[in-house]
Amino acid sequence: MEPVLELRNVTKSFGGLRVTADVSFSVAPGSISAIIGPNGAGKTTLFNQITGYLKPDGGKILFQGKDITNLSTREIVTLGMARAFQVTSFFPEETVLDNVRVACLSQMNKTRNLLKSVSVFNEATDQAFKILESIGLQNVADRAGFELAHGDQKLLDIGIALALQPKALLLDEPTSGMSPEERLLTRNLIKRLWKEFSLTLIFIEHDMDTVFGIAQTVRVLQMGRLLAEGSPEEIRRNPEVITAYLGEEVL
Amino acid sequence: MDFSFIVMQFLSGLMMATLLFLVASGLTLIFGVGNVFNFAHGSFYMIGAYLAYQTVSVWHTNFWLSVLVASLGAGVLGMLAEALFLRRIYGRADEGGFQILLTYSFILVIDDLVKLIWGTEYKSLARPSGFTGTVELFGLSIPAYNLAIIGIGIVVVIVAWFVLARTRSGRIARAAALDREMLGSLGINVPFTMTLVFGIATAMGGFAGALAAPLRSVSPGAGIEVIIDSLIVVVIGGMGNFWGAWLGALILGEVNSFAVATVPDWASLFNYLVMVLTLIFKPEGLFASRKIRRV
Amino acid sequence: MNQSSGAREIILLGLFLLVFGSVPFIKQSDYHLMLANHVLIWGMFAVAFNMLFGVTGMLSFGQALYYGLGAYSVGLVVKNYGSAMFLPALGLGLVLTIVISILVGLLVIRLSGVYFTVLTLAFGQLAWQITFRWYRFTGGDDGIQGIMPSGLLENHTVYYYFTLALVVVSIWFLWRVANSPMGLVLRCIRQNPERVRFLGRRVRRNQLRIYVISSFFAALAGGLMAGVTNSIHPDMFYWTSSGEVILMAVLGGIGQFFGPFIGATVIIVIQDVVGARTEYWSLIIGIIMMIMVLGMPKGLVGEIRGLMARYAAGKVNRG
Repeated sequence: MEPVLELRNVTKSFGGLRVTADVSFSVAPGSISAIIGPNGAGKTTLFNQITGYLKPDGGKILFQGKDITNLSTREIVTLGMARAFQVTSFFPEETVLDNVRVACLSQMNKTRNLLKSVSVFNEATDQAFKILESIGLQNVADRAGFELAHGDQKLLDIGIALALQPKALLLDEPTSGMSPEERLLTRNLIKRLWKEFSLTLIFIEHDMDTVFGIAQTVRVLQMGRLLAEGSPEEIRRNPEVITAYLGEEVL
Repeated sequence: MDFSFIVMQFLSGLMMATLLFLVASGLTLIFGVGNVFNFAHGSFYMIGAYLAYQTVSVWHTNFWLSVLVASLGAGVLGMLAEALFLRRIYGRADEGGFQILLTYSFILVIDDLVKLIWGTEYKSLARPSGFTGTVELFGLSIPAYNLAIIGIGIVVVIVAWFVLARTRSGRIARAAALDREMLGSLGINVPFTMTLVFGIATAMGGFAGALAAPLRSVSPGAGIEVIIDSLIVVVIGGMGNFWGAWLGALILGEVNSFAVATVPDWASLFNYLVMVLTLIFKPEGLFASRKIRRV
Repeated sequence: MNQSSGAREIILLGLFLLVFGSVPFIKQSDYHLMLANHVLIWGMFAVAFNMLFGVTGMLSFGQALYYGLGAYSVGLVVKNYGSAMFLPALGLGLVLTIVISILVGLLVIRLSGVYFTVLTLAFGQLAWQITFRWYRFTGGDDGIQGIMPSGLLENHTVYYYFTLALVVVSIWFLWRVANSPMGLVLRCIRQNPERVRFLGRRVRRNQLRIYVISSFFAALAGGLMAGVTNSIHPDMFYWTSSGEVILMAVLGGIGQFFGPFIGATVIIVIQDVVGARTEYWSLIIGIIMMIMVLGMPKGLVGEIRGLMARYAAGKVNRG
């Protein structure tokens, strides 16, 4: 089966510093996989390149067989890639409903309309409520985004990405800043969303319970380099990964 | 167009560039270090010009003393404006927009206060004694005061470079540009540093205003023209960039000087032309600073 | 928006028409009619400006460019071709504004934040310089006098209703824009432009659109004003005109759709009461601006609504 996302020798430097060094991997459609690695390993930078926010210095990125290396973020999103952010990114003054609804409208290509009220786009509203229910925010639909607790804001960020009906969804540390209980809920939620929306899901994460709990494939980045790739079991036993990153306690 | 014409206009452009640089570097200093955009910077230039007029023509003292008075006066007023008003909006959401609005209100208030104190008629100031004549150089007669300004400009550039690159205060100033909070955690009094830097910036404005007073007549409303010119300078050079401001001032000064000599009526339009060309070809400025983020 | 707010919309519109429609009947002199005209025109200008500033977060300090352009299109055409050309001239100003605002817009939206503000200011001042210096074409500092609308519009009352109709239609249009999907995207651009890119939307394209729309109504304001004052002046291009419309928006409240209209009303009333007696107008508006920025950043309408909400919440708590 053709991979959904494929990286071929992607390279990026800032000044003299190599932040992405010759990274290649491919992601199978419908899979759920994690990217782990110490801080500064270049995980978010890699996401930035995949989503067109940064241009790689060298190498190729293919999305559903199409070369997206030099496309803009907007074009890549339109092709079916969505992303949630490490530092939660949403529209703080809009209601939770409108945060998601604007993404639905965008996905339906209705945002050029300047004479009809947002409220008459029933399809977008229904879709937005469907997503709010999936992420469990339907009860706070009327609240402004900034009023939500941090954990709910993280979910809202994911909800905005989901509303774009992506084929591939990239989550950057979805459980960061959450309490252990919230983490558990979010972990289950991500797994459920992955199935419910038949996504190809890639996430960056530091919480090993989440990583090893839901990922089918784990990739380890270290100093911009892809150190290892494999099933959770393989990664857990990989001596290089243990010395470089995991340490003893995971064993 | 003969050689002497070109040299004369070049020198006159260099003088304009020096004045522009003095104003614009104050603007870019407080933007680069404090991340504050002082829309009223030109008004402090105007205050400097009026204070020089007051010292020389009303109190009958020495011109160079008046330059000192103007710089100090503009500096103290700037510190007051920062400590009493601007400080209150730091950290607010949409701070950038409120900075513009608040400093815009400074322009309005200062304009009318100047009118209240000095009236609406144009004031002029004689050149300081010893600099009224011309200097013979390569067979050309060059106004001595112009050369003095160019000389002062060179000294200021060297001193500013030295302070920024080699002294502790310069390092603090550059660190502040990196991170206000981090500085606080290092035990540096951030609010005071902000006030001080703001004062230094407005003092530079006042300094330039005083130096320019014998060359241009002093009038209320001068602030807005000055601010637009210095903004064009920083747009050309890249905001928050010391050497960019210098290059921008040089380009604008020279363009202006040659335009004034050839098409006097339309000279001021050339400033805008330079700005439009910069925008089309290099919108981030010739010396792109990392602070500019395209959104 | 639900149905009750739709009903509220209609009530508001009715009230608006009632108040402004009755002015010709209750006025004591033509001066009052002119004052009401000023409120309508500046109110529309301020609401349109706020689509740029309050909604999209683009603080333009150069809307005087289009205000002046609208006025000078009317003035120059009427002066050269007679007052029969008043309406075509108004249209010409609007067309010119669309073209020029696209060209200028493409340049100024290349930078954001403070730079955007400064560039718009510079372009406004450029237009002022040209008008001021091109004496043979524009009349320079003298401006143009005797700009009379033709036919029915010559009558002050008819002209007033003409203005009222155009202003109502304009504000209705802007209201639709504010509540449309595009309006939502514009608000999102102010709050988080990066995220809007990740929704697959073009930030700059949308900024350009609203820049052109807002400028269009600034020009309409300028053209209508030429017919009210019957004379125009290069100061319409001057940065103080841009500053005044900003003040109106901030005074009324940039977070409120109708706030800027209220702000315009208040400023024009103050101008009327105080303006004749003092030459220190800029001191007054400077102090107003300072008070608003430091003490009431949400504007009159925003602060009042905040108070009402708190009062209502208090009542719920007690009850």
